[in-house]
Amino acid sequence: MTTATAPDEQADEQADERVSSTSTFGRILKRPEVGALIAAITVFVFFAVITDVFVTPSGASTWLRSASTIGIMAVGVALLMIGGEFDLSAGAMTGFTGLAVGVMTTEYGLNVWAAMAVALVLALVIGALNGVLVMRTGLPSFIVTLGTFFVLQGIDLAVVKVLIGQVAIQGMSDVPFYDQPKALFGSALNVAGGNVYASVFWWIGVTAVATWVLLRTKVGNWIFAVGGAQTASRQVGVPVFRTKVGLFMTTAFAGWLAGMCLLFTTSTVQSNTGVGQEFIYIICAVVGGCLLTGGYGSAIGAALGALIYGMTNQGIVYAGWDNNWLKAFLGVMLLGAVLLNEWVRKRAETSR
Amino acid sequence: MTAHEKQAVEAEEKRTDTVADEPTSTDTPPPPGTPIIEVENIGKRYGNVIALSDVTTSVRAGEVTCVLGDNGAGKSTFIKILAGAHEHTDGELKIDGISRHLSSPRVALDLGIATVYQDLAVVPLMPVWRNFFLGSEPTKGFGPLRRLDVSTMKTTAKDELAAMGIDLRDVDQPIGTLSGGERQCVAIARAVYFGARVLILDEPTAALGVKQSGVVLKYIAKARERGLAVVFITHNPHHAWPVGDRFMLLRRGKSMGDFPKSEITLDKLTAMMAGGTELDALSKELESSLGADSELIRDMKAETRG
Repeated sequence: MTTATAPDEQADEQADERVSSTSTFGRILKRPEVGALIAAITVFVFFAVITDVFVTPSGASTWLRSASTIGIMAVGVALLMIGGEFDLSAGAMTGFTGLAVGVMTTEYGLNVWAAMAVALVLALVIGALNGVLVMRTGLPSFIVTLGTFFVLQGIDLAVVKVLIGQVAIQGMSDVPFYDQPKALFGSALNVAGGNVYASVFWWIGVTAVATWVLLRTKVGNWIFAVGGAQTASRQVGVPVFRTKVGLFMTTAFAGWLAGMCLLFTTSTVQSNTGVGQEFIYIICAVVGGCLLTGGYGSAIGAALGALIYGMTNQGIVYAGWDNNWLKAFLGVMLLGAVLLNEWVRKRAETSR
Repeated sequence: MTAHEKQAVEAEEKRTDTVADEPTSTDTPPPPGTPIIEVENIGKRYGNVIALSDVTTSVRAGEVTCVLGDNGAGKSTFIKILAGAHEHTDGELKIDGISRHLSSPRVALDLGIATVYQDLAVVPLMPVWRNFFLGSEPTKGFGPLRRLDVSTMKTTAKDELAAMGIDLRDVDQPIGTLSGGERQCVAIARAVYFGARVLILDEPTAALGVKQSGVVLKYIAKARERGLAVVFITHNPHHAWPVGDRFMLLRRGKSMGDFPKSEITLDKLTAMMAGGTELDALSKELESSLGADSELIRDMKAETRG
């Protein structure tokens, strides 16, 4: 691996030679998202061949929308997983923020933008609480956020029922200024006869920002470090506490964003919105190359994982199969991805 | 606030503006032989337990001071005093000629004393260049465009490692793919780049095989050549001898002497380490059970004779 005492010039030449031997192709193969990319292409081709509507503009707009809200969350969850933590309350958070805005506007007549700001603050506080609890107690985030998940699920049902007497938001579109946030979060752009929803752009935007942060900023370096070796990071001066709490808050922010997209696309949110989705996000992140043990992964990979989910979700409907096959497919994907990731990690940790 | 703490805080304030995270590898090192750390009859008591007493030695620029001792001899207490993890209770610790008490590792670091512990503080899955700058990343650009200066990071990491004699094919490889000795050297190179004048190496060869130990010893020699003062803690005199300029032996919390290389031989060092008479007694005991012509017995006798 190293030739320690070669003369300098000779060493430089050797070094260059050896670097160029790792070709662009080789480099791409080593990226964590490569497995997800191949899987996404495979799934796309498969449904494109066996169904007629899958590649039509209207067909594609449906699976893209389905992938987008999941994708926004999957990227947030992926960042958190790279930082070495889980957030099981992420799914309930999407419902919680949507319901909060819905209740505050339809029942109490609060300005829609103000309601969104309040919901955002609430989400960030819950995210920070998750983070502080995990860091201060040293308990696994799996347990702490399982607790917040149930609390949120309970609030989504019980509190909403007490306040508005039902478990779904109604009359959202009659709220003053509803059109403004609707344009931002719930509108659709007509492209070649199919609708591209705002959430798709948010999904792409979130993925791009997350990738930039991960690969090109100090904070990104810290996220990989706290997930990979927390004690070592602390020893060299990485602000571990701030990084992790920030990650939980980022996931909560993603929950708010996804919640707004859901609310303003469909004009309604139910009390059970998002419940059960938390594992889908984790599956997407893992399929995208995130290690369950932290310290490795990619935002683009998680976005591709969500794309696979969205395509399969709709593809099965278009193919006329029983929709329950989706779950079985997801399970197989997860196992395959975990095995692949494990193999990649072992390769990364041993000599090339 | 006690006088000691005040002193340490003042020292920290004085140094932070000059040292902080700025790399100081471009500074001209002091001429070789300049004492940086001097300890005189230093000791550490925990209540009525005496962990270390009467230790005297010096650490000089461009020299390697080896601290030798068996398990429980007080080596770790000694380095903890130098690294700022524990304050000494007896004697005097002078840094650059000024008497000091180091109240925290940060104070020691700001004085240019860096400790490389056995676990090395690296993140195995991260590339070498990211590990090298972890916690002190250089950036360029402003506001939302503030980003890692990736090209500088990569070339600096590569050059600094090359200066230590480690020629990496690719600084993009995860640091976990390097051998134990090389990882040790990355940790050393990192400490040097971020302004260390004194390197404290805590048993860097303890977990390594023969060949890897040799690699680390070579880098210790390299660090010395660059004008650094090195404190090399080990229990193996055969590792200490080739690179050491000064040997300080510890046994049961007491110093058994502090020798320049000219005043001691490897044989004598080994004998003192092993504890002369005790080893003699052990070899006699083993002789009766293994027989006088056993290779082990002959080796032991040879060593105790020194």
